[in-house]
Amino acid sequence: MSQPLFAQSAADLARRLRAREVSATEVAEAHLDRVSATDPQVGAFLTMPRDEVMADAAAAQAMLDRGEGGPLCGVPVGIKDNISTRGVATTCASKLLENYVPPFDATVIEKLRAQGIVCFGKTNLDEFAMGTSCENSAFQLTRNPWDLDRTPGGSSGGSAACVAAQQVPLSLGSDTGGSIRLPAALCGLVGFKPTYGRVSRYGLIAFGSSLDQIGPFGRTVEDVALLSEAISGYDHLDSTSLDRHPIQTNALKSGSLRGLKLAIPDQLMTDEIQPGVRATFESALDLLRKEGVEITPVSLPSIQYGVTTYYIIAPAEASSNLARFDGIRYGLRLEGEGHIGNVATTRGEGFGHEVKARIMIGTYVLSAGYYDAYYTRAQQVRALMVQEFESTYRDFDAVISPTSPSVAFRLGELKDNPMAMKLLDFCTIPANMGGFPSISIPAGLSDHLPVGLQLTGPIGDDERILQLAYALEQALPPTPSPAMG
Amino acid sequence: MPEYVLSVGMEVHAELLTQSKMFCRCPVAFGGEPNTRVCPVCLGLPGTLPVPNRRAIELVMKTALALNCTIARHSVFHRKNYFYPDLPKGYQVSQYGETNPIGYGGFLEIPTAEGGFKRIGIRRVHLEEDTGKLMHLPSGGSGIDYNRAGVPLMEIVTDFPPDIQSPDEAKEYLAQLRQILIYLGVCDGRLEEGSMRCEPNISVRPQGAEKLGTKTELKNLNSFRSVQLGVQFEMRRQIATLEQGGTILQETRGWNEANESSFAMRIKEEENDYRYFPCPDLIPMEFDDPFIDRVAQEIPELPLAKTRRYQDELGLNAYDAGLLISDQDWADFFEKAVTLGGNPKLVCNWMNSDFAKLLNESGQWVAGERERTRVTPTHLVELVKLIESNSISGKMGKEVFAEVFATGKNPQAIVDARGLSQVSDSAAIEAWVQEVLDAHPDVVESYRTGKQGVIGFLVGQVMKRSQGQANPALVQESMRKALEP
Ligand SMILES: [Zn+2]
Repeated sequence: MSQPLFAQSAADLARRLRAREVSATEVAEAHLDRVSATDPQVGAFLTMPRDEVMADAAAAQAMLDRGEGGPLCGVPVGIKDNISTRGVATTCASKLLENYVPPFDATVIEKLRAQGIVCFGKTNLDEFAMGTSCENSAFQLTRNPWDLDRTPGGSSGGSAACVAAQQVPLSLGSDTGGSIRLPAALCGLVGFKPTYGRVSRYGLIAFGSSLDQIGPFGRTVEDVALLSEAISGYDHLDSTSLDRHPIQTNALKSGSLRGLKLAIPDQLMTDEIQPGVRATFESALDLLRKEGVEITPVSLPSIQYGVTTYYIIAPAEASSNLARFDGIRYGLRLEGEGHIGNVATTRGEGFGHEVKARIMIGTYVLSAGYYDAYYTRAQQVRALMVQEFESTYRDFDAVISPTSPSVAFRLGELKDNPMAMKLLDFCTIPANMGGFPSISIPAGLSDHLPVGLQLTGPIGDDERILQLAYALEQALPPTPSPAMG
Repeated sequence: MPEYVLSVGMEVHAELLTQSKMFCRCPVAFGGEPNTRVCPVCLGLPGTLPVPNRRAIELVMKTALALNCTIARHSVFHRKNYFYPDLPKGYQVSQYGETNPIGYGGFLEIPTAEGGFKRIGIRRVHLEEDTGKLMHLPSGGSGIDYNRAGVPLMEIVTDFPPDIQSPDEAKEYLAQLRQILIYLGVCDGRLEEGSMRCEPNISVRPQGAEKLGTKTELKNLNSFRSVQLGVQFEMRRQIATLEQGGTILQETRGWNEANESSFAMRIKEEENDYRYFPCPDLIPMEFDDPFIDRVAQEIPELPLAKTRRYQDELGLNAYDAGLLISDQDWADFFEKAVTLGGNPKLVCNWMNSDFAKLLNESGQWVAGERERTRVTPTHLVELVKLIESNSISGKMGKEVFAEVFATGKNPQAIVDARGLSQVSDSAAIEAWVQEVLDAHPDVVESYRTGKQGVIGFLVGQVMKRSQGQANPALVQESMRKALEP
């Protein structure tokens, strides 16, 4: 192999590990070296517990030696720092949880460990996953490997940057309104949000519980499908988890583009889409049409209220989810006057601006006298949006659109424009509203920066969406990796 | 001075008799070292999720059905948001709304002083989780014990405006409710230990006034007596305040058991805004007929129906019936004896007198965890029949029963062994009578001269000769006959 280990796909690494061409320890060391070489510039990782990583790698090798372990045994996976890892700090990039070490593993982490997948450090995010640029992290900036002056997107910015910088072949993120798909698009990666409930949320520190979903980042659809299989399946610890088998990968490569029917919502092709993004997206569509894909414009009117609706429901849930951070049982604890004073000081100092803003919005929309006007109405719009998508699925295989209206913007560029920042999610939010599986794959470059294309399908059709994404990936020009280090 | 009308609303919290907590598998038990019955879920650690306890839902439904409620076909859990140190998540999972609680719109009947029944409307029966407990540490400062956090708690609230209009009715409501809960096996009803807690809200208004007066809420009531006294005290205090031209403050008052008075705890300045909203971590509950029917089948005959049946069908008086049904196992014992052919009235008399007394003295009981009595319903029936057939006298019966109680032997066997059989043979009795008359001619003489009281002495002599085995009624009769001129 001429390619260094860190540049190889997870599928290739897994094959070579299984064939004993390379050891799990060698794979882990190669990636740790890559992190040492590149992370000072990229800033993807908040915590890199080298000893634990090497211990995991040794355990994986022992499994391989016994002929055990899952398909990705020995492959390193970066973990977003809002997913609980036993014995390793889980901070949500917040001062409030700076020293919090969970006493238990999230279900997805348990699954990774059981299959010999190496948990490879905790990645940066917007504090409590609230943001679209990773700039709301209390601890560090993460930079886009394609252009270190630009954002990797958010909130799973660290999980995207580490895969794009070839520090790991795979990572886990969480997606509440686009937090996997948007950074995947901005970093030239594949990012998948499975159907709500197909991956357990147990151990994922909640932001918007009815919207949150853990999912994978990778450089190929196949890698993402393999990790989806590894983390999915019913979990008795999560009442909202679906009683379905893990996501299957056996038919991944047997999809065909001929006769495929895709719907493209008018409401996602507005002037918000940058001309460069539009051009790259359109040329990708042209390629797909040549392969026999039928692409039809449709109207899904409620999409235009998506961002507004999202910024009522998600903060409402967040305001309640984040109430437990009172400094009494764990995390930051500051003194004030009396109990309420302690809580107010702890939260006032511990939470960053964006988190506090969302807690206040959420508290407001749930308040007596405002609840119906905001929360109830938002749920009605949400239901309508789901209906519109579901009726579209009757005639089409999936809904296609750009993932992000723009390419990666410069760090600090949208600092004073929170509205523009929030609008970045307008293509990704509908999938969270309906719990639909949705994937972003690279569509090409615009001004040397990646553009993402998004496919969204009906509830439970995760296998089908991955299969379509795989077929699309084969038809589209390959996206190179950014030149790093 | 105008007449005043009392209105008492009752809010009762009952800890459910489940094995485990509401949303995790921690055991439910009274006491225990602080924070030994906790886990990441009931401590509200970040990322944990609730899994509802199905049994708790069934127990609440069972109660709701027994209280004649409508069962909600669709019922959701809400989050009640507020900050308090004993509340691990910053919200309590509860149920909000008029027709959302598992049961609503029912009633409970209480006996009235006039011998009739009065219906007390029930507004709602819902399910929630208990909080932890603040403790003052011996070393100073305070700590929190979360053993109780997450224990399933049922809340039963009476109608508004309230039907309860006297301290006696308040006590009777609580007594009836407690008995029903114990019969249903949903709560052990221990007021002193707090497994059943009662918070009445009390107001008075002048006779004829439409609007209810300002109410105060009373806490720390841990016996029937304190409920009755507390309501009475509040009623008198409020009337006295109004008579003196004062106003009633809407406040929470504590009950001081020692000096039998209430004291102001805190004034309710405004209604708390708990920002209730459906808990997104829990899926809505849907109850269909088969499920409800299955729960309904678990409901035993309830105490009130039992007393009515004992009076109407078995001819007992209200007092005796009330004693029998005061405990379900006691009533079961009675019913078994009756089924075995025991005369209901006689069985009842034995149970409520000698048997109850001996059980009380020995600390034994007919069922459950206490030391089990050796007396069986069969024993009691046998004993009653021996007395009914004049085989032994009632007085002998007491001795025999004491021995049954001590040894568990059959009454007949005891009678045979001790040679206690009562002599009803008239020839034998007449012979004894003649012997006594011959032995005491002077006494016979004084009887004949008018001192008829001496017959007692003569009968006593016969009993003595028969070693207590002669049938006293027959002796009396035979003696009278013999003395006739
Ligand atoms: Zn627990």
